[in-house]
Amino acid sequence: MNIYVLVKRTFDTEEKIVVSGGKIQEDGAEFIINPYDEYAIEEAIQVRDAHGGEVTVLTMGGEDAEKQLRTALAMGADKAVLINTEDDLDEMDQFTAAQILADYLKDKNPDLILAGNVAIDGGSGQVGPRVADLLDINYVTTITKLEINGTQVNIVRDVEGDSEVLETSLPLLVTAQQGLNEPRYPSLPGIMKAKKKPLDEVELDDLDIDEDDVEAKTETIEIYLPPKKEAGRVLQGDLSNQVQELVQLLRTEAKVV
Amino acid sequence: MNFDLSQEHQMIRKTMKEFADKVVAPGAIERDRTKAFPKEIFKQLADMGMMGLPFSEEYGGAGADTISFAIVTEELSRACASTGITYSAHISLGGAPLNLFGTEEQKHKYLTPICTGETFGAFGLTEPNAGSDAGGTQTRAVEDGDDFVINGSKVYITNASYAKHLAITAITGEVDGKKEISAIIVPTDAEGFTVIDNYEKMGLNASNTTELVLENVRVPKENLLGKRGEGFRQFLVTLDGGRIGIGAMAVGIAQAAFDRALRYSKERKQFGKPLSDFQITQFKLADMAMKIELARTMVYKAAWLKDQGRPFSKEASMCKLYASEIAMQIADQAVQIHGGYGYMKEYEVERYMRDAKLCEIGEGTSEVQRMVIARLIGC
Ligand SMILES: Cc1cc2nc3c(=O)[nH]c(=O)nc-3n(C[C@H](O)[C@H](O)[C@H](O)COP(=O)(O)OP(=O)(O)OC[C@H]3O[C@@H](n4cnc5c(N)ncnc54)[C@H](O)[C@@H]3O)c2cc1C
Ligand SMILES: Cc1cc2nc3c(=O)[nH]c(=O)nc-3n(C[C@H](O)[C@H](O)[C@H](O)COP(=O)(O)OP(=O)(O)OC[C@H]3O[C@@H](n4cnc5c(N)ncnc54)[C@H](O)[C@@H]3O)c2cc1C
Repeated sequence: MNIYVLVKRTFDTEEKIVVSGGKIQEDGAEFIINPYDEYAIEEAIQVRDAHGGEVTVLTMGGEDAEKQLRTALAMGADKAVLINTEDDLDEMDQFTAAQILADYLKDKNPDLILAGNVAIDGGSGQVGPRVADLLDINYVTTITKLEINGTQVNIVRDVEGDSEVLETSLPLLVTAQQGLNEPRYPSLPGIMKAKKKPLDEVELDDLDIDEDDVEAKTETIEIYLPPKKEAGRVLQGDLSNQVQELVQLLRTEAKVV
Repeated sequence: MNFDLSQEHQMIRKTMKEFADKVVAPGAIERDRTKAFPKEIFKQLADMGMMGLPFSEEYGGAGADTISFAIVTEELSRACASTGITYSAHISLGGAPLNLFGTEEQKHKYLTPICTGETFGAFGLTEPNAGSDAGGTQTRAVEDGDDFVINGSKVYITNASYAKHLAITAITGEVDGKKEISAIIVPTDAEGFTVIDNYEKMGLNASNTTELVLENVRVPKENLLGKRGEGFRQFLVTLDGGRIGIGAMAVGIAQAAFDRALRYSKERKQFGKPLSDFQITQFKLADMAMKIELARTMVYKAAWLKDQGRPFSKEASMCKLYASEIAMQIADQAVQIHGGYGYMKEYEVERYMRDAKLCEIGEGTSEVQRMVIARLIGC
């Protein structure tokens, strides 16, 4: 089975993030594989181990993303591809990413493409479905279970906490939700071998893509951090007074009722 | 000159940091209290291929270098020093002498199950009357036909309850009126071999420290490890490598203590300010950060020299000595910065202080390290 995983390098939102000059400061930020993409990588490896074939991890961005690709290779992916857009693109959005990824994938005949449900930085959840649409293949988002028999695929997807059971067929793109699996730690032999696995680098020119054709459709106007969490307030007095005060505060201060 | 870790080293650090935080740290207080050996953690480490880290793939190892070993030991020790010492002893005391001095056959038979995690590695040198003066060994192995018959006892042996075999030192004869000490591999299930696990320790409670009693234990002569009469020298070589492990372990404990002290000093307010606003607290934290940086750099230097195949005994002693002493100082100050809270188990720092102390004792006390360094600088 020819399996591709779409992987994004993101900053670690559990670490401190500094915004200055309308940009997230990359110095000192920790970069990781988008956590939802880790589920996708793990699932891809499991599918390959059960059905044979090859797992290729695919990312786009700058040279720095090699680290995340090597980590995926250390987990057990077979090959990696970096579409290096560093010199060609300053701005990109979901449209840009999907166009480029789909362009790369269109002659690769993937049987199965896995992506994360969302990237924790942009959080749009659009890239996966857009790629599937451009490739004209089926897609299912936020999956928590994947079973493949021949070309038939049984899926459970998460719908706001409930489960939906679906039947579809390959070729297929799915996006991974938390709960799909428990991503493995790269093994030491995996880490030692990762460097020797093939990692291809291509640029937009190699794909015959004109920058203007993939120009971002959206514009970022402002980037800011959420307001700092204030200390809570403990209401005093007897219960009915507390309830009255609470309702009043919800109305006048929080303005939620 | 290049101070960067390689891509593999960085990946090992990141993987082990995550593993240590998610898997090792959560149960550390409980294991300290109940003295439960971290078996499950080691099963996972075996699955990750960590148990044979520096040994050749031929024996089921991963062929990684000493810097990688230091990184793994530091990260495990940062979360739980009992786990750290168990790992360090497994690799550098259990596996290393077999790897260095074993025959091809011995390596396949004894090193491979260590690499796969099927058994833990252990090392039996210390005796009731032979500690710093390890040459004072009294355990005797007498030849009888094709066998050695061993009598004696060993104390404070790490991992032996979980080891299927271990190398011990014993007197095998006398040459020119001097004791001839050799290393012999002994299966722990041999008749007459007893492993006693009932020490009540100050710290490292989840690690396994045992007493060994050997009463007419019979092993074939082919179990001799390395050359006859070379046992003592072989163990000194082994300890050189082990000291890098203890250095890394001490750095891990120091880092954990510093991390907690820094965090607490920002949260805790007295006199209307966080503790980190007081210059005295800032200076303490600055000293801690500096000492950790220096200790880690020295551990890496010793490891690097070893990986280059260069002499590293002096640097191994230096890194072990310095890292152990600063770990103890930093753990002490971390308790101090926590005030009364630091004296309570829940805040973890008191455990670091108890655990750190062993680093100044095991694999050669601080005094012994100074003796080694003094000799190597030409005193
Ligand atoms: C938790 C734990 C795990 C251990 N694991 C192992 C293991 O796996 N295998 C193993 O073989 N051993 C192990 N040991 C033993 C350890 O290596 C010894 O405890 C250590 O070498 C010190 O020996 P000793 O306890 O006999 O102390 P002693 O040698 O009696 O030393 C007592 C004090 O005298 C000092 N001293 C001794 N000689 C001199 C001198 N010439 N000049 C100045 N000062 C001196 C020492 O520095 C020390 O402060 C372990 C010990 C502990 C506590
Ligand atoms: C076993 C035990 C028994 C105890 N028994 C009693 C008892 O019977 N009765 C009782 O009332 N209390 C008791 N205590 C409490 C004890 O007196 C306090 O823990 C101690 O005074 C420190 O206060 P703290 O723990 O709040 O630490 P903190 O005041 O938060 O201090 C934390 C750290 O910050 C430092 N620090 C604080 N302020 C400054 C400053 N301005 N400049 C520089 N450094 C500063 C401190 O020196 C310390 O290192 C006991 C505590 C323990 C652990």
